[in-house]
Amino acid sequence: MITTDICIIGAGPVGLFAVFEAGLLKMRCHLIDALPVIGGQLAEIYPQKPIYDIPGAPGIIAEDLIKNLLIQIEEFKPGFTLGERVEALNKLDDGSYLVKTNEGTEVHCQVVVIAAGLGSFEPRKPAVEKLEHFEGKGVHYMVKKPEQFRNQHVVLAGGGDSALDWTIFLADIASRVTLVHRGDTFRGAPDSAEKVFELAGKGKIDLILQSQVSSLGGNGVLKEISIQANDKSIRTIATDHFIPLFGLSPKLGPIADWQLGVEKSAVIVDTADYSTNIERIYAIGDINTYPGKLKLILCGFHEAAIMMQSAFKYVYPDQKLSFKYTTVNGVNPF
Amino acid sequence: MINITVENHVGERHLLDVPEDMGLNLMEVLKAYEYDIMATCGGMALCATCHIEILEGAEKLPESNDSELATLDTLPDADMNSRLSCQLRPDQNMDGLVIRLKAFHEV
Repeated sequence: MITTDICIIGAGPVGLFAVFEAGLLKMRCHLIDALPVIGGQLAEIYPQKPIYDIPGAPGIIAEDLIKNLLIQIEEFKPGFTLGERVEALNKLDDGSYLVKTNEGTEVHCQVVVIAAGLGSFEPRKPAVEKLEHFEGKGVHYMVKKPEQFRNQHVVLAGGGDSALDWTIFLADIASRVTLVHRGDTFRGAPDSAEKVFELAGKGKIDLILQSQVSSLGGNGVLKEISIQANDKSIRTIATDHFIPLFGLSPKLGPIADWQLGVEKSAVIVDTADYSTNIERIYAIGDINTYPGKLKLILCGFHEAAIMMQSAFKYVYPDQKLSFKYTTVNGVNPF
Repeated sequence: MINITVENHVGERHLLDVPEDMGLNLMEVLKAYEYDIMATCGGMALCATCHIEILEGAEKLPESNDSELATLDTLPDADMNSRLSCQLRPDQNMDGLVIRLKAFHEV
């Protein structure tokens, strides 16, 4: 079990900056994010886009903002659990919380901060008959251990970067790789697309264009897959695995089940300190809502500063908080 | 002002008055009418959460640019009539357009 003062759900820009504001008050943080990388939307959706409204950082590229935030909080030594989704917040008798993830990780903390943006990024699932029936029995939404596909038949579906990249990668591992794509071109990644067409030309992979996977079959585990072409003709091929790769989409997910006040998929907070209706649970950044709310990174930064001042009383109940400027006190690392 | 018909997720159709002179894209118009779409990326053609299907009037629309097409390529439920509403700017050619919301706010 991990023990910390504050558990932050979401490792986007606001969650990261919250570590800094906590650190100034000598509170330690552990962050959990459903994505396998740090940065939230900035990493997943627009890493290369410039952001123009970060004060003092004109036109900063999204992934550079994340890098800078990591430098800024390094001295406060935050812990990270990545690629895991928080499932439950369990309140203990002394008022503290035990935060549990889908992978069984447990974080004990005095305060929970929800900085989850639009929720956790979950794989987009195509409309394929019996898809969910075969999840974990041949259907995978991401490639975690490529070795598990060695000498197996694999069918991938999708037309984006990850579908192309994994097709190329698995071509050397699996005994047979088939890529199914609705269109007949790949516009997102011309270099990878060229390589895929080249592999198909050499007979190293099977490329099935203008088609979609329509249904799955098998007895307990996946055995075959039906592919419907745009002209409605259907073919069925044998396979051990099906990997649909259609990107990620944010979902509120388990947050909706935590008895928090929620309005239009956002958590209602008190603007005095960005606390929710449950004591010791705060919500900051895009995930919260209040009259006048603007979903801006800079507003999330402000909310983090205010919120940590309020959380102090739970971490240090016997101490009096006195507000200090970094220009006067500097930053005192842990 | 032009008119666009929107079919929501349960199949109800509404006729909307849409201004062409306010600098709004179609995603912003849909949000202003309180349709439950996320529009996560705010109009960068990156997230596909403003995905719509053009039911009537597709031939009058400007062609998709590369970034819109690249994003549509990643979707499991896109087809030839799919567009990202954030990439469409209402003009006189869109008068009478009929669209169906494809992406919606999943919880």
